[in-house]
This record gives sequence, C-alpha cells and structure tokens, in this order.
Amino acid sequence: MTWFRDFLLGSPAATHAAEMDGLFIFITLLTVFFFLFNGALIFYASKRWKRRSDDEVTPHITHDTRLELIWSLIPLAVVLLIFFWGFKGYVSAWVAPNDAMEIVVTGKKWLWEFEYPDGTRALNDLHVPVNKPVKLIMHAEDVIHSFFVPAFRLKRDVLPGRYTEMWFTATEPGVHQVYCTEYCGKGHSDMLARIYVDTPEEYEVFLREGDEQVRKMPLKDLGQLVYENKGCATCHSIDGTRGQGPTFKGIWGKTERAADGKEFLVDENYIRESILYPNAVVVQGYEPIMPTFQGLLREREILGMIEYIKSLQ
Amino acid sequence: MAQENVLQANGHSAGAHLDYLDSSKGLWSWMSTVDHKRIGLMYLWSVVLFMIVGGLLALLIRMELLTPGPTIMDAETYNRAFTLHGAVMVFLVIIPGIPAALGNFALPLLLGAKDVAFPRLNLTSYWIYVFGALMALSTLVLGGVDTGWTFYTPYSSTTGGGVSMMVLAAFVLGFSSIFTGVNFIATIHKMRAPGMGWFELPLFAWGMYATALIQILATPVLGITLLLLVMERVLSVGIFDPNLGGDPVLFQHFFWFYSHPAVYIMILPAMAIISEVIPVFSKKTIFGYKAIAFSSVAIALLGFLVWAHHMFTAGMSLFAGAIFSFITFFIAVPSAIKVFNWIATMWRGSISMKAPMIHAVNFLLIFTIGGLTGLFLAALSTDVHLHDTYFVVAHFHYVMAGSNLIALLAGLHYWWPKMFGRMYNEKLAAIAAALIFIGFNATFLPQFLMGSRGMPRRYYNYLEQFQTMHVLSTIGSWILAVGLFLCLGVLLASLRGKKNASANPWGGKTLEWQAASPPITHNFEDTPVMIHGPYDYRPQPVPVAVEREQGVSH
Repeated sequence: MTWFRDFLLGSPAATHAAEMDGLFIFITLLTVFFFLFNGALIFYASKRWKRRSDDEVTPHITHDTRLELIWSLIPLAVVLLIFFWGFKGYVSAWVAPNDAMEIVVTGKKWLWEFEYPDGTRALNDLHVPVNKPVKLIMHAEDVIHSFFVPAFRLKRDVLPGRYTEMWFTATEPGVHQVYCTEYCGKGHSDMLARIYVDTPEEYEVFLREGDEQVRKMPLKDLGQLVYENKGCATCHSIDGTRGQGPTFKGIWGKTERAADGKEFLVDENYIRESILYPNAVVVQGYEPIMPTFQGLLREREILGMIEYIKSLQ
Repeated sequence: MAQENVLQANGHSAGAHLDYLDSSKGLWSWMSTVDHKRIGLMYLWSVVLFMIVGGLLALLIRMELLTPGPTIMDAETYNRAFTLHGAVMVFLVIIPGIPAALGNFALPLLLGAKDVAFPRLNLTSYWIYVFGALMALSTLVLGGVDTGWTFYTPYSSTTGGGVSMMVLAAFVLGFSSIFTGVNFIATIHKMRAPGMGWFELPLFAWGMYATALIQILATPVLGITLLLLVMERVLSVGIFDPNLGGDPVLFQHFFWFYSHPAVYIMILPAMAIISEVIPVFSKKTIFGYKAIAFSSVAIALLGFLVWAHHMFTAGMSLFAGAIFSFITFFIAVPSAIKVFNWIATMWRGSISMKAPMIHAVNFLLIFTIGGLTGLFLAALSTDVHLHDTYFVVAHFHYVMAGSNLIALLAGLHYWWPKMFGRMYNEKLAAIAAALIFIGFNATFLPQFLMGSRGMPRRYYNYLEQFQTMHVLSTIGSWILAVGLFLCLGVLLASLRGKKNASANPWGGKTLEWQAASPPITHNFEDTPVMIHGPYDYRPQPVPVAVEREQGVSH
C-alpha cells in the first residue's frame, strides 16, 4: 500500500499524516469500487436488456422496500464511519502539546516570515527539529492567506486581525514544500516557503549559526538585521539623536568617558563587552539600564553588530 | 391574426393552430413574448452564448497552464480570466441553465398547463438576466475583476478593478433567479392538469420545486451579502475588512450560506432531467418514485445546513467543524439513493441508447465520481489536506460542470424534437456525447491526482512536478471543446431541415408528448387530463384514479 499512498499523496513527513492517509486510501478504494460497480451494472443492463423492438413489454416494478432500505442503510453506515474517522484525525491535529516550540508566522503579499522563540527572523525558510512538536502561531498583515504543507497533510488559513494555530511533529528530515492556498492576488502562486526538518545535529548548527540565508549574509547586513530585529533601535539611534543609550552614529573609534571618569576607546572589544555585559562600562550621562544579550545573539551576529556600527560614520 | 381566429373557429382539430415558433414573426414578437416556450428558448440561446464565452476562457486558462510560468498571458490577466470564467459559468450558465432554459420550456408542458403561473414575471426575469449579464461582462472594460468568483474579503474589498460592478451584477441576477423560483412554485401548486396529484407529478417537477425552494430562500442572503460588500468598498463601512473593524470570515459564512445551497440549484435540476430520461429510454416505470421525489426535497433542505464545510481550515471551532461535517455526510445518502434508483429503473427495461440516454448514462458515471469524491471533502481530516487544491477543482467540476452540463445536454437532446419539431443526426450526436465524456474525464481526472499531491488552485505558476498532469488536463480540454462544438453543430444543423419530428418520438408517457412537436402557443388543443401515471409503461396503463383507490402507491 505504501507505493499507492506515495503515488496519490506523496510520502508523509509528520505524525498526523498516517491517520489522514489511511482515510484517504479508504475513500479512494470506495470511490473506485462504486464507480466500477455502477459502471458494470449500467453496462450489463444496457447490453442484456437492449431494446430489440419497439413493442417490448417491461415489468412494472414501482419499488422494493427491502432493496431500498439496503441501499440507504449501507451508504449511511459507510458515511458515518468516514465521519468519525475524519473527525478523529481532525481532533488529533487540533490541540498542540504544552511543550511545543512556538514559532510566529506572518503571511503578507507575497512572502512568509517566521519568528523563532529567540527573536530570530527568517523569510520563507523555516527550520524545525525532527521529532519535536512545533506550534505555529499565524496571522496575516493584509489579506487572507493559507499555510499548506502537503507532506504534513496540514493546512490552516492565515487571517488578518486574528491568530490561527497549527501544530505538527515532523518525522522525516529533509525539505518540505509550503504553499499559500488562499488566493491573494498577483503573487499568490509564488508565495512559497520551505520547511527544513533538521536532524538534531543539523538543528544545533542552525541554532548556533542561523540558517543558510543568515550564514551567507555579509556581516554588515546581518548586523543591520540584528539592530532592527532585536530591539537595539529602541534605545540606540543611527542618526545621531540622543536616546536611552548613546547613538551608534559616529561612535566607532571614539574615546568616551565612563561614569567613573575613566576614558576608554570604542573598539571591537568594547562593543562585544557592551552586548554581553552591558553595565560593566557605561558611557557617562547614561543610566546602566541595558539588558544583557548573552545567549540571545549568535557569535556571528555579534561580529555583524560590530561591522554595522563601524559602518555608521 | 384574423386568419388565426378563423382557424380557431374551425374547431380544435390537431394542426389547426400554427406552432409557437411560427405563430408570430419578427424580433419584437420574441423580445416581448410571454410564452414560456419562447422565453425558455431565449434563455437557452443566452446560456449557450455565455457557455461559449466561459468555455473559451477555460480553454485560455488551460492553455496558460500548459507550462509553468508565463505561457500566453501574465499573472494579472490569468487571475481575471479564471474569475470571469467562474462568474460567467456559475451565474450566467449553470444556475439559469436547466431551470430557466429547459425548465421554462418543459415544466408547464409536463404539468399539462397553458403557461407558467406568472407569464409577465417570467419575461421580466429574462430581461433582468440579460441586464445582469451585461453588467457582469461590462467589468471587462472596467479593469477586470481578479477576486475569484467567491469574492473573498478582505481581498475583494481592497483590490481594484470592477469588483463592485461584478458584485452588483450577481445581485441583479439573483432577482432573475428568485422570480423564476416563485413562478415555478406557483405553477406547480396551481397549474397542474386535472387529475394530477402531487405523486403523479413528473419527477422533473419535483426537482424544479426543490430547486425553486432554494432559489427563493437562499438568493436573498447572497443579495444582502453582496450589498454589504459594495457598501464596504464604496462607503468604507467596516463589515468584513479587519482594517475597518470587520470580520473577513463572516463574509465566508454569508457567502456560503447562499453558495452552498446554490450547488444544489445546480445539481437538483440535473437529477430532475435524468429522472425523466431514464424511464423513457428504458421503457419502464421509474423505480422508487417517492424515494427520488423526497430525496430531492431532503437534499434541498439539508443543503441549507452544511455551508461551513467550505471553511474547515478557516478558523472555526472544533465543535462547529464537527457538526457541519456530520450533516454534510447526510446529503450523501439521498444522492446515493437516487443513483441506485436510476440503475434499478434500467434493470430489466428495454434500453434504447439514443443520444439523450447516452448523456444520461454518462451523467450517472460522472456523478458517481463527483459524488463520491465529495466524501473526501466532507471528512474533516482529508478536507484539511485537500481544501483549495486541484482536488476540489476536479470535484466541483465533476458535479457542477460534468453532471450539470451533461444532464443539460441529455435534456436538450430529449426535448429538442419538442422544442423545434426536428430530429437531429443521431449518429453524430452519439459521437459528440462520447467525445464530451472522454474529454471531460481527460480534463478533470488528472486534476484529482494533482490536488492530492498538493497542487493548490488559482495558481498561475506551478512547480515542475505537476506539469505532466497539467498537460494531460489541457489536452483533455481540447477534446471536450471539440465534443461540445460538434454537439452544438449537430443540433443547429437539424434546424435547417423540415419539421419532421412526431409528437412523441421517444414514446414518453408524460403530458408534454401529447402536445404537437413543436406545440402550439397554448401548448395543448384541449386541456389534457391526467389519466395514467407519468411513468406507466404497461400495455394497458392503469388509470391513476383506480390506482389511488386500490391504495397502490408508487
């Protein structure tokens, strides 16, 4: 049956899939059976009782209660079975386990944005660990989209102004296609994404170094992404305006005075220290209020931050 | 006129009156006619015209999908093309197709009536339809509509082009549909021939009655919804657009509250025709008259309680999803009953495979697939996977296009001699029927597989893995087109010949076959009286009065 399932649906890659695949194959066989059954009856009848002369007399059979009960009750029983089978699969895909990793999904014309628990964001590529439950919390920015992963047999509409959820436990490492399945305009058919199901080792690498997009990004661009996404912009401006913290504009290479009056040079080591131990040395005139980013930034992202600040002259 | 009066004075001998086609001449006599048969024909030609428009759009769509990426048009044109294809086919072809064209022509004849209950309302309904159709087509010059025929918000409330016009057109067309429904209900209640009780009604009338119930109860909801959408677009009243404080899913509930019952506006008339054709060409009484009649009504009523099965992935509660899935499955039962009844009618009959019967058998096979594939979409877990994929496209084309269209063709070939008094070329009509069957399946069968493998609908571009099946589907669309044009050609060619059809070429027992072919303007020379049942094929039919007395029911 595996080849038949793969032929009809493609091979499954999540825990929910088996339930739905079984039902799908059952109804497929039912459809084929009744098509052949009805076809055979019609074919037989039209050959066996083909009209040979115009004054043939046919039996006057108005109804047959027993027969009619049979062909009402059997379909009824079959459809009730299908209902419960389908309901069971739907329920199991409904409530996510408490320990599921949460990822925020934003759909907008015409791309998918993913935000991980650590605040990292990615476009169109989602990395998840194999055999771990993952919950997607989804919303749209403009019109309705729909998040469809055929290999997981899952789909959920993504609505503006409302959150919808979807959860899965991926079982097959590899890349799985995601489609937008709610018509959303010109770019609808290009609103594709991929789910990378990583082995534990691959996922470690991903956590440490980010996804391929991030790994290939020039340091300065990565730094800018971190600046925009990790909240730096709340306190540090890049245009010289004074905020809760000193502006990044022109800070690189400057000699600053600390709260205790000592002078120091803003260089790679100072920036690194300020990110990981922000209150060790604070520029005079500012409060020691910055939270630490230890464990929140990858090594390469800190390097990116340094390069980005360098570029803001 | 004077001549006609003289002829009338001569008495009621057959052939004393000119038939309805020749009774008056000139374009105006058609445009202002209140004769149900002429109105039926005007509907028929309009429907054929729009079917050609919608069909050509379908061919363009299939051509575009021959290769991934751009083939013959850009994405925006493609989106407009499938929207117009859907809107034209649903609102201008399928919904009015059988009830307004064939129903108008045949229903009063089947009832033994002179006309419908409200002939002027009937004409009004036709002209409203024409007006609505022109409004719909005017969107072509207003920048097109790219929402899909479902007009889902907030996409439809924010996109440009002629959405408001298209939506108003659907609103206007709704009135045409309601008027026809009101007319048919009144006609069936009040205009039956003497002696015709409810259970001596031809099953076509039961089907029309069930259809009319849906038309008058569901269409107003669509009208209200569409007006709200126009209010949102034009006056920025926030109803569906979350940016204005509205709820986009509310639109889907409103829309499907009409549009799911509308699916039964499409399939019940198809079933109604099949219930007429199969007994005649099997020369055998219909099996399970009451089961067929009541299952039509059951489908019509249950059809109101299942709309949200279009929304299992849209963000409904688990409980709501379960209820809607559960009720949906109950529609499968009356549908199955009908199919088995039709096959049982053929059993031990005297089967004549003339063109109408070939189409009827094709209907049975296509409806079997269309109906059973509905089970995948009624079940919750499978629907989650298949929703908005090509599987759904294939399923609804099997039901709405395949079953409805092929039943329309069955009815058209069946009543053609009555409509025009002419027989068509039987052999060519059979070839056309075969081509349509092959072309239809070649077009839509691959789409099931595409969909179950994940190909989403309304996609301009697609992944390479789906191309083989898209190519098969496109080739199928060409076969289907050849079949349909051949079919049209065969029917039209018959009009060039003399009126050679007898009053009852198929040996039918319903009342329309007692009228001349084509009938006179008032249908029957004398009011027909219902003597025996509509499907009584016994050598000596038993009068209905006797059957009722004996308590022999169908």
